[in-house]
Amino acid sequence: MRHAISVYVDNQAGVLSRVVGLFSGRGFNIESLSVAPTLDPSKSLMVITTSGNEQVLEQIKKQLNKLINVIKVVDCTDKDYVEREMILVKVKAEKETRAEVLRIADIFRAKVIDVSPKSYTLSLTGDKSKLEGFIEILTPIGILDFVRTGTVVMEREMQGRRKLA
Amino acid sequence: MKKITGAQAFIEALRCEGVTSAFGYPGGAVLDIFDALMDARDIQFILTRHEQGAVHAADGYARASGRVGVCLVTSGPGATNTVTGIATAYMDSIPIVVFTGQVPTHLIGNDAFQEADIVGITRPCTKHNYLVKDVCDLGRVIKEAFYIARTGRPGPVLVDLPKNVMNSTVNFKYPDSVKLDSYCPTYKGHPGQIRRIIGLILKSRRPVIYAGGGVTLADASKELGEFARRLQIPVTTTLMGMGAFPSGDPLSLGMLGMHGTYAANMAVTNSDCLIAIGARFDDRVTGKVDEFAPKAKIIHIDIDPTSISKNVKVDLPVVGDCRLVLRGMLAELDGKDAELAEMLIQSEPWRSEIDVWKKQQPLKYCKSDIIKPQYVIEMIDEIAPDDTIITTEVGQNQMWTAQFYKFKEPRLFLTSGGLGTMGYGFPAAIGAQVAFPNRTVIDIAGDGSIQMNIQELATAVQYNLPVKVMILNNGYLGMVRQWQSLFYKKRYSHTSMAVSPDFVKLAEAYGAKGLRVTRPEDVKGAIQEALRIPGPVFADFVVDPEEDVYPMVPAGAPINNMLLV
Ligand SMILES: Cc1ncc(C[n+]2csc(CCOP(=O)(O)OP(=O)(O)O)c2C)c(N)n1
Ligand SMILES: [Mg+2]
Repeated sequence: MRHAISVYVDNQAGVLSRVVGLFSGRGFNIESLSVAPTLDPSKSLMVITTSGNEQVLEQIKKQLNKLINVIKVVDCTDKDYVEREMILVKVKAEKETRAEVLRIADIFRAKVIDVSPKSYTLSLTGDKSKLEGFIEILTPIGILDFVRTGTVVMEREMQGRRKLA
Repeated sequence: MKKITGAQAFIEALRCEGVTSAFGYPGGAVLDIFDALMDARDIQFILTRHEQGAVHAADGYARASGRVGVCLVTSGPGATNTVTGIATAYMDSIPIVVFTGQVPTHLIGNDAFQEADIVGITRPCTKHNYLVKDVCDLGRVIKEAFYIARTGRPGPVLVDLPKNVMNSTVNFKYPDSVKLDSYCPTYKGHPGQIRRIIGLILKSRRPVIYAGGGVTLADASKELGEFARRLQIPVTTTLMGMGAFPSGDPLSLGMLGMHGTYAANMAVTNSDCLIAIGARFDDRVTGKVDEFAPKAKIIHIDIDPTSISKNVKVDLPVVGDCRLVLRGMLAELDGKDAELAEMLIQSEPWRSEIDVWKKQQPLKYCKSDIIKPQYVIEMIDEIAPDDTIITTEVGQNQMWTAQFYKFKEPRLFLTSGGLGTMGYGFPAAIGAQVAFPNRTVIDIAGDGSIQMNIQELATAVQYNLPVKVMILNNGYLGMVRQWQSLFYKKRYSHTSMAVSPDFVKLAEAYGAKGLRVTRPEDVKGAIQEALRIPGPVFADFVVDPEEDVYPMVPAGAPINNMLLV
């Protein structure tokens, strides 16, 4: 099962390498990773999505906690949370498909952030499944370039009550 | 507060940590520190002949004394030479602090002369490591390094010291305390879990204690002994736990696992309640994991949460310091006299059953007119004083020592358990001898392993450290040959030590004493003589080349599946 884990760490040189080295050294897998300082600039928040059975996940969390520079580990999968990642995608947009690309962008509420005679560059934010749906629809039209961030997650304020995603 | 250099501040910090001995090797990047060291008469510095030797010596010092071992080497090759020693200490949770020189900060990353990214290299084999970029951080970092090394589950910490940091000046004050928000080991076990543990144990009929190195590290062997005797629970120890419970005790089962005793492995396999204390279910202990202690509810006491349910699913875990948890368990027994009496009666047949296993298949070997290695170890045990510190190398010599030497107390047996580092024993013995100049220290060695750090004989001679090296010379990388013999149709691919130096002449060349023993009847006399000689001794025992270690559980088999003599 896929898990999103928030790891609060000291914002110091080498900490990312300790975390990533732990995953590779112990054969855990990282599906995506996103890192940035928190509002307190002395700390950083890493969001790691990973997968594995219960025992592996337990080890991942314990091993992360054991690192001296790790302050807190939260497995969001235990909670209600919202999840977002972002993609930038450059799509082929020539005469026949120009309108269609815009229509699809509209349906997914993607933004056009760059235009050229032969392409549109779109940005879209959403959860994993929404982004994957978007990519699937655009693929036949022709994706020229593509970049995707890691996932970021946040606990819902009202736990146990599903709200608008 | 007066201004001093980083190098002087470093010496001051060692003093504040109570360091009286350190091991190491100089070089360009640490010239300033060595210069300051020359004025520090209160710190005994031991110049080894290789940086690996320095780390093992610091490790041996730490294991024998329970204090943090200290090591100081130069950058680049000096630093990379420490890696095996650090990994050895890491696997066995030994508190050492390794200081490495580094090129000046402005050259870091430039492939400067003798630059190595030692912080990067040792990240996976240290408990933590640091690069000090500003001399103002030096005191805090050293304070934290010692604190992290010795607290919680102990382990090695490395501190990388760039040359310009060490020769710049600072208003130095060593901090009184550490402030580490993200590091707070759990010492006190959860009282509810402790209550449940006692409940489970009092209802068990076939309990066994499986004690590991954590008992020694927590100085918990007194509590372990009290607990085991009060409840009459048989105790088996891991290689790292040897001595945590006295081998001669009627409740002792000896070592378990791949080369464990028949009684220990049978007891674990048939137990209904296995109490793991400061042990980590290593594959050399469990054999086939799914069939390890298949009938038992498993209790696990350990200070490191990651050890719990890592290899074997545990029924009742408690995270905490072994000594404090055992004390909690003893206290929990108060007022439960009736249940305890009942348990003692109900578990009586179990102890009788174990006694039968002990009698059926004791550790044994066949006597012959060639020297048997096991006999040498029995004679060392007989002759050496009770407080002798024994180190070993790795291989058959190590397993026979664990089997045939009766360790009565903790911290008397120093061996590389987790990493299995050949070349560990001799420098570790040197470190132990530095910690205890007046005690007998013996390295039980193999002819292969001793050659991995044999250069340290010069260190022993230079500092008059009378370490006795007893070489069980079988002319082979014996343990590997044993596997080839059992599992590779006796195809001895590159395991013959066809050429070894003449260890007697070699000892003499270094200015030490050498003895050679070829007949069983001379073994005792030679050991006595080695112990009588005031300085370091190499005693070369020419032993049966084809002797194997038994019992043996083939790798990956369940531990009750033992090959016996
Ligand atoms: C540094 C290192 N290299 C290789 C090994 C693999 N190994 C384990 S035991 C052994 C043989 C040791 O030979 P010796 O020291 O003569 O001991 P014996 O088994 O003969 O008593 C070897 C090569 C090891 N443990 N450590
Ligand atoms: Mg040998």
